[in-house]
Amino acid sequence: MKQVLEGNSAVAEAVRLARVQVISAYPITPQSHIVEVLSDYCASGKMDARYLRVESEHSCLAALVGAACGGVRTFTATSSAGLAYMHEMLHWTAGSRLPIVMAEVNRALGAPWNIWSDQTDSLSQRDTGWIQLYCEDGQEVFDTTLQAFRLAEWVNLPVMVVTEGFLISHTYEPVDIPEQEEVDRFLPPYNPAFKVDTKNPFTVNSIAPPSIYMEIRHDNAMAMDEVPERFDDVEKEFEVLFNRRYGAVEAINCDDAEIILVTSGTITSTARLLLEDLRDRGEKVGLLKMKMFRPFPVEQVCRALKSAMKVAVIDRNFSSGAGGIFLQEVRAALCNREDRPLVFGYIVGLGGRDVTKAVLEDIYKMTKNSDVPSDKSVWIGLREVKHAIGR
Amino acid sequence: MRLDADEREFMCSGHAACPGCGAVIALRIFTKAMGENTILVIPASCTGVIVGVYPQSVMRIPVVHAPMPAGASVASGLRAALDMRGDTDTTVVAWAGDGGTFDIGFQALSGAVERNEDFIYVCYDNEAYMNTGIQRSSSTPYGAWTTTTPGQDWKRLRKKNIVEALVAHRIPYVATANIAFPEDLVRKVKKAKSIKGSKFLHIFASCPPGWRIPSEISVKTARMAVQANIFPLYEVEDGVRYTINYKGKQRPVQDYFEVQGRFSHLTAEDFEQIQKMVEEDWGLLQRKAGYQAADACIQSSSAQRAIKTNKVF
Repeated sequence: MKQVLEGNSAVAEAVRLARVQVISAYPITPQSHIVEVLSDYCASGKMDARYLRVESEHSCLAALVGAACGGVRTFTATSSAGLAYMHEMLHWTAGSRLPIVMAEVNRALGAPWNIWSDQTDSLSQRDTGWIQLYCEDGQEVFDTTLQAFRLAEWVNLPVMVVTEGFLISHTYEPVDIPEQEEVDRFLPPYNPAFKVDTKNPFTVNSIAPPSIYMEIRHDNAMAMDEVPERFDDVEKEFEVLFNRRYGAVEAINCDDAEIILVTSGTITSTARLLLEDLRDRGEKVGLLKMKMFRPFPVEQVCRALKSAMKVAVIDRNFSSGAGGIFLQEVRAALCNREDRPLVFGYIVGLGGRDVTKAVLEDIYKMTKNSDVPSDKSVWIGLREVKHAIGR
Repeated sequence: MRLDADEREFMCSGHAACPGCGAVIALRIFTKAMGENTILVIPASCTGVIVGVYPQSVMRIPVVHAPMPAGASVASGLRAALDMRGDTDTTVVAWAGDGGTFDIGFQALSGAVERNEDFIYVCYDNEAYMNTGIQRSSSTPYGAWTTTTPGQDWKRLRKKNIVEALVAHRIPYVATANIAFPEDLVRKVKKAKSIKGSKFLHIFASCPPGWRIPSEISVKTARMAVQANIFPLYEVEDGVRYTINYKGKQRPVQDYFEVQGRFSHLTAEDFEQIQKMVEEDWGLLQRKAGYQAADACIQSSSAQRAIKTNKVF
């Protein structure tokens, strides 16, 4: 049934329907509504789960590691500094092969303080071994959260469902919420690959010396390599039941496009509108939406971009000294392909600044009118200010 | 004397500890007192290494290794999972060193016991970061040499009173124990196991390489800490009811300090000052215990001590 829901509530609904057994939570804006709604569900008996009100994000994820070792389905949510504070535990979770699901609501990192949308928080955790799935709207957030449990438990890797501060988290949209029985058909009770039990004593995560550490890491790599295929399987099952499908990437009008815009998250919605306008005006433009970032879907990206002359990667994130993070990854994916397109990079919307259709159209024009891309990402819409530090 | 504990061993031979390691003595006695329905969560510490390198383990009970700050939080989550599974027979134990308890793990510990998580948290205390090579922790006592308090820069700060910090959380049970007093340790472990909510055991565990003592006096040295009132044996219920458990042979602190190389730089004046500090702490503890026993006659004199005891060794 369609309900008008805040993006954060859409996450919470999916967690309820997934019959999560242990939730651990620490508040941070703009994520907090997710765990508030879940605490209501636990208090009212709508969910049969243990809810741990921990004292920090480090403990938040550590508690879920303990719970997942105990063989139950687990969930948490965080943003920004909270995710950064989890950093050690992010590695530990993936290394332990625990299928923990986390909603990560993109928010800029300090300093200076900023609570608005910016992907640098999640993208700077790209090497921690988590699957990362970026979402565009409330429905996708709901669907992806359900899919995340299925995927995580299939490959025994943790999944980060990435949404955006305010643009998704606090925005009300119609979201189709299925019945519990339908969700149960898609997501059976969790059957863990292992669980700590006194009847069958074993040790989890003892020291692995150089003679075995690489093999354990390689196991991890193989599981991650399997993800694009397994995600496709999960989506097929999901589509049969719910008639919706997203893809690791979504390529729109890419086959005959000369210039392709590459986006992720909510910027994609704005780019869809621009694409219609430009196509109406006869421009040969395409759009590639990146949903999956880890593992990076190299095959799908290269296939979508292969016929383009130019690609414009639009990043609402920033790696100091290296530019946009999606830009780096798209370039790296294409670098060994013949006839690869020129790759242009743009930084927009940091710390929640609006990215309008006009901004995206400027980027399209700049790309069309440039012959050679800059090595660095080009910053779009900077105001002139005089407060630079230094001499 | 036979211990009132499981006949079986839950720790096999072949562990990776140094000779005379107090942590191993503590873990062996502790697990025998706990029995097989026990899961250990071990944050980074000597014990994390001692219990075995993949693919071997010396433990016959399940072990979950955890990052150093995360002993109490991983244990909290594991308890929650067992509850959801309906497993009420198993006791979850976090087993951490002093660094993982007093320092980097303190926030998680404080959070977990404030929530009154149903687990036993054991801090085996060897008074420094021994696994990384004898660096000072906030448990390192006044006067000690470590590799980060070398030469004349020896530690001139008090050891953090972790027991009182836990007592301040008003948890159901806090107790100190010592590898040289196994019967007392076993009794406290069993008592902790029988109580619901957060239990904290602070076990004094000598470290021959870190304390610069020969391995054969490991237990004796730990015993002297109790006799010198440096590490009193006591327990606190519900944050208010204090019971001091040891009344026996008494020693000046100098006896305890003189056998250890880590204190070899201390002078007679230093010993005098440390003796005063220890007597002050001991007096404070006696007053706390005395408040609970109207018939106890408490005197601050270190020579004549009539204190409430429930066990005499």
